[in-house]
Amino acid sequence: MNTNSNKGRFATRIDEFKALSQRDKKRYVSNWFLDRAMIIIIILLVIYIQAQRPTFLQPASIINILTLTAARLPIALGVAGCIILAGTDLSAGRIVGLTAFSSAIFLQKTGIMGKFLEGVGPQPVFLIVIMAMGIGALIGLVNGFCVAKFKVHPFIVTLSTQMITYGIYLTVSNAKQVSSLDPSYTTSFVTSPLFKVGMTSVNTYVLLAIIVTGAMWVVWNKTRFGKNMFAVGSNEEAARVSGVNVTLTIVSVFTLAGACYGYTGFIEAARLGASTGTLGLNYEADAIAACVIGGVSFVGGIGKISGVVLGVFLMQLIINGMTFMGISGNTTYIIKGAVILVACIIDMRKYLTKK
Amino acid sequence: MAEKALLRMEHISKSFPGVKALDDVNFTLKPGTVHALMGENGAGKSTLMKCLFGIYSKDEGQIYLEDKPVDFKTPREALDNGVAMVHQELNQALKRNVMDNIWLGRYKLMRAGKNLPFLSEKKMYDATMDVFKKLGLNIDPKREMASMPVSQRQMVEIAKAVSYDARIIVLDEPTSSLTEVEVEHLFKIINMLRDRGCGIIYISHKMEEILRISDEVTVMRDGKWVATRSAKDITIDEIIKLMVGRELTNRFPPKNHVVSNEAILKVDNLSAMYSGLKDVSFELKKGEILGVAGLDGSGRTELLENIFGAATRKDGKLYKNGKEIFNKTPKESVKNGFAMVTEERRATGIFNILTVKENTVISSLKSLKAGKVFLSDRKMRAVTKTNIEKLSIKTPSQETRIRSLSGGNQQKVIFGRWMLTNPDIFLLDEPTRGIDVGAKYEIYQLIIDMAKEGDSIIMVSSEMPELLGICDRILVMSGGRLAGEVNPQTASQEDIMKLAAKYA
Repeated sequence: MNTNSNKGRFATRIDEFKALSQRDKKRYVSNWFLDRAMIIIIILLVIYIQAQRPTFLQPASIINILTLTAARLPIALGVAGCIILAGTDLSAGRIVGLTAFSSAIFLQKTGIMGKFLEGVGPQPVFLIVIMAMGIGALIGLVNGFCVAKFKVHPFIVTLSTQMITYGIYLTVSNAKQVSSLDPSYTTSFVTSPLFKVGMTSVNTYVLLAIIVTGAMWVVWNKTRFGKNMFAVGSNEEAARVSGVNVTLTIVSVFTLAGACYGYTGFIEAARLGASTGTLGLNYEADAIAACVIGGVSFVGGIGKISGVVLGVFLMQLIINGMTFMGISGNTTYIIKGAVILVACIIDMRKYLTKK
Repeated sequence: MAEKALLRMEHISKSFPGVKALDDVNFTLKPGTVHALMGENGAGKSTLMKCLFGIYSKDEGQIYLEDKPVDFKTPREALDNGVAMVHQELNQALKRNVMDNIWLGRYKLMRAGKNLPFLSEKKMYDATMDVFKKLGLNIDPKREMASMPVSQRQMVEIAKAVSYDARIIVLDEPTSSLTEVEVEHLFKIINMLRDRGCGIIYISHKMEEILRISDEVTVMRDGKWVATRSAKDITIDEIIKLMVGRELTNRFPPKNHVVSNEAILKVDNLSAMYSGLKDVSFELKKGEILGVAGLDGSGRTELLENIFGAATRKDGKLYKNGKEIFNKTPKESVKNGFAMVTEERRATGIFNILTVKENTVISSLKSLKAGKVFLSDRKMRAVTKTNIEKLSIKTPSQETRIRSLSGGNQQKVIFGRWMLTNPDIFLLDEPTRGIDVGAKYEIYQLIIDMAKEGDSIIMVSSEMPELLGICDRILVMSGGRLAGEVNPQTASQEDIMKLAAKYA
């Protein structure tokens, strides 16, 4: 590899490029752009929005985008693991809804009108976050078990648990809103400002998201479990005959994902100040879309933490950009859908071999 | 030999729904030997090894590892007990790099034994380099698997098996995609392992290889043990006889077709867009069986795909009966009278879960209609019946799923499928790959019969004896180009090999 060490990698690349034929040069250039098409499109979009609405890229709005990214990151990281297994997880959003509700009822202020659990005061916050993650992990465990043991496609399994989870939520809550949350949960923890940029504050949950992301990076890249996850996603049979416990790996990935959703639920109720029937609705769709934009491929075995972060960020950038442009929520859906489709098309292009 | 056996498998039986895959099989492996396991497809070789390796659980019997009874429930246990296996289907995580594949299932930790579950990339890199150096392999451990040619991937798989420091290594068809040079390399590695006292179980269909490398040969047939002999005292003919269970006097049927002088197809300076195929020109005569030899990756398959329009052409012209044709898509080629039997029957030939009938009619549905819109079940049954009889396809019924047929019979169904489209040029890519010795004879007969009826055939094959046995002329490809042409009447395998190495 080091034959050209004195010239540097970049110079070597240029030499290699020069050696190509005219036709190959053309293909090389077009491939280079296609591989980065998603990012290029989004940058162009941002430039366009900025030109139209000069207030778009100001510190306040950038901070706003970043904090929203932080809020949506943990759920996307969970879903990404399932996609790396060449699966998916449709139950994510409803798990967020259920765990947000569970967190909220144990952390409601005392002595308010319409308190959900009469006579139960606010519980210790750290217990509740563990409980929320536990509930999520439990549902994830069911998902993983059905996928690994019964070989049911994750799409079907998580579609079912999505409904079941929502049903449980409705049965327990009667779709009742749970608000007036205790400050120990909200303003002095999850949404307590760390520092301010101009008028916009950066809250604790942003820091928490960074910690979660860092931990996830270590799990993916520096542990046996992480490597096994990629191997199982890439070729399950190869992993099996190499002595990997495939069932355990799949169950663990879904369980870990469930814990991520539970964590998200805990954060979301505090961030939004209440648990409602629509909390978590379609979160999984946004998370899956972010993963795809970030290069986590549905062919399995491919994905990076940095990609997921970028994907969530770009997704948020598009959404905020559309708000700035005054595009209605209805149209937003059309554009989001189109972005996902284009991202998938570009992604698949990489894995097709031309004849 | 008084030495105790490394491995003894006694009275092993295993049934799958409807078939007895293994029936009271005995097998003994001595340390420091290479033991070839032979038999036709479906004889139970791979099944036996999978029972050893913990992929299948045996129904009856006992396995002893150095006289200790063992019963591996998972590949993990087998690996932990010093049994490694190179699988026939390359089982690799293609999107991961070489290193990740080698240490899959036993990734090295930063401090082994401690409770910190963190991986050490450096340790794995160094260990990979060590193994590669020991085996004389020049492969970058960080290279992505998918970017490497199949032969190198196979060498990685072999290196992985060696890296387990296993005492027993099972090689299931390790040379199927290796080049001659790499086969030599593999044999060096095998000899090294043998000298170290390892026992090697070697499954292969290549007779010449078997006799060169192995010390003992065990032949299986229909899930039963047939014989175990010393490799020194057995000949290829004897092995074939044991495998087939009857005398096979001729490996090839007599050639009694007549090649006409007129060229039916002229290929002029054909080059491919996305592969190395370059400036190939030749003529195919009416009623001729034209062989195409060459190493893996020499562009043989690409040549057929380009003629058939399954790959994108860059340059070159095709003439059929003197008139230029284009064959831009397979559909157009079929209209022009071409048929192509692909290399990987399971992946691109048969429709696994469909029936024999459905597999037969799929290419000619247009001519099997009752009226304008709907298909005629009667017509479909009729043509399938004709094919089954004409090609003597052994199948319980037309409604049998094709995957339950043997390889030879599946191949016959595909031949029959194409015959229904009335082609006069057949492009055959490895038509006898994965087909039993006995069934191969029938395929050869089929090809010669087609030539007799005036059809022309281009046949790609890696098995030189069969090219020499049934072709009228043999083209040799090398590095994407046409290296030369030999006459099977006078040429030897060495002549072909020399040409095949010309641009490689």
